[in-house]
Amino acid sequence: MTNAPAVPTTHAAQPDRRSWYKRNEIAITPWLFLLPGILFFAAYVVIPIFQSFQVSFYRWDGLGDLTEQGQFIGLGNYQELATDRNFEISLVNNIKWLLLYLLAIPLGLFIALFLNQTVTGIRLYKSLFFFPFVISQVVVGLVFSWFYLPSEGLLNAVIGLVGLGPVNILGDPDMATYGIIAAGLWPQTAYCMILYLTGLNAVDPEQIEAARLDGAKKWKMLWYIIIPQLKPATFIAFVVTIIGALRSFDLISIMTNGGPFGSTRVLSFYMYEKALAEFGFRMGYGAAIAVVLFVIMLFFIAYFLYSMWRDERGAR
Amino acid sequence: MFPTPIEKSSRAWQIGYQTLLPVALIAWLLPLIAVMIFSIKPDSDFTNGNYWGIPGSFEMFNNYGKVFFESDMPRYLLNSLLITVPTVIGTVALSCMTGFALGVYKFRGNLLIFFMFIAGNFVPFQILMVPVRDLTLDLNLYDTKRGLILFHIAFQTGFCTLFMRNFIRALPFPLIEAARVEGVSEWRIFLYVVIPLMKPAIAALAVLIFTFIWNDYFWAIVLTQGPDSQPVTAGITQFNSEYRAAYHLMSAGSIVAALPPVAMFFLMQKHFIAGLTLGAVK
Repeated sequence: MTNAPAVPTTHAAQPDRRSWYKRNEIAITPWLFLLPGILFFAAYVVIPIFQSFQVSFYRWDGLGDLTEQGQFIGLGNYQELATDRNFEISLVNNIKWLLLYLLAIPLGLFIALFLNQTVTGIRLYKSLFFFPFVISQVVVGLVFSWFYLPSEGLLNAVIGLVGLGPVNILGDPDMATYGIIAAGLWPQTAYCMILYLTGLNAVDPEQIEAARLDGAKKWKMLWYIIIPQLKPATFIAFVVTIIGALRSFDLISIMTNGGPFGSTRVLSFYMYEKALAEFGFRMGYGAAIAVVLFVIMLFFIAYFLYSMWRDERGAR
Repeated sequence: MFPTPIEKSSRAWQIGYQTLLPVALIAWLLPLIAVMIFSIKPDSDFTNGNYWGIPGSFEMFNNYGKVFFESDMPRYLLNSLLITVPTVIGTVALSCMTGFALGVYKFRGNLLIFFMFIAGNFVPFQILMVPVRDLTLDLNLYDTKRGLILFHIAFQTGFCTLFMRNFIRALPFPLIEAARVEGVSEWRIFLYVVIPLMKPAIAALAVLIFTFIWNDYFWAIVLTQGPDSQPVTAGITQFNSEYRAAYHLMSAGSIVAALPPVAMFFLMQKHFIAGLTLGAVK
């Protein structure tokens, strides 16, 4: 501050006298704002992805340093996967999850169309239809496993009324996975429903009127007029459903813990089991399973990013 | 409006629709209703096999009282709160900044960084499990709430950046330019021009993240163990193994565990749905 009087007060007239920061403010500011976010994200998300690839080439029990205590075995873990029967079951189950989970999209659309009316109390109905999505998957899993119970469960009480049952869905290796997927569809359908309800709000009424005058009836109207306008909602529903299907872990862990006889395992669950829950932590093998899951996901991520990138281009 | 508005259709269908609504709702929520009924039943109903008949007695206060006063449940609930609230604050703060940087400035690598955040957010998080657990152990944060909070903040920043950036993009840019012409410094523009306009986005994101984090189970069991730091999603499994086959208590416990996000949703419904459906309409 000693030389403060010597500094001229006319900043604007002499831009060169401004500090280096002031002159480059517009260029530097975004990086300063990004820095904490990028550091956090790199440390906890970006770098660990690559580390997982590295770990998958080792035999390592998670103790000590990977390169010292672990043993480099190249593609050994992947070779073992190729002959691992449990891995195969998990992979097939993941495909079932992917395909059946997508049912949430048409189901959600169906419920959205059903609820898209203006009668008294409809807002409350919409919220109540939606709120399974807000409940944690752990509780959804518990709720459904009790619902399915062979003697105490309500499901068997209901189908018992029409003379069927009792069925032990989660105890039957052929049915257990479908039982869990049904539980997963419950909140997921609610999510898709809310996306479509929002989308339906924005459908252009003039187009519908025009189509009505042209004589378009229910199904044709839906297919040619409504669904094309719902495309953004469908895209998001697709993205969240695919991600949800591949991430499925909580429900399986809660409802069957992978059983009966390992029939309900999926990759994410099997990976957790191998790396953390079994005797002797097999980190390398677990990481190899995670890499396979990641590669499957990569196809979808690439597609999602491509679609979003196209939109960004269009917006400019 | 599609389908045809109900007021324009036949009287018969109007009545049919009005009766169908509650029936459909009950069918939709049936598993949940079953648990609610379980949670007010006395123990004796289960030993007598009276699962779906009229409850032998009304034990709601007893059952829920046991959950609150005779178990570790309150501790788990407190843990969940102590994990969720800092995460919400941290993520919202970080993503306001990243969203501002990516939404307002044009610079090389902008789109690349933006897509890195999105891609990271889509990743199946199991691939992060081994390294993140290792990192948390190295930082001496294993089995602490702090370790869980740090990870959650980092991971949620991906989704939140996408959200915030798109929201800021839609703000009127001339406002920022006007402030620049006035000579307002960039960080003041952020603080006094952009942040006030972002209030709805902040509210929406806060409720969403609250729900996501409260409901997290995977990271809770990977990064913590035991009632000192585990949130209620992990605690409920502990609770259930304690009261094995005591369905009335387990049901009451799970309803308690699920309640905070549900309450949040019903209180902040507008923001919640605005957040979830961002981008569903062009």
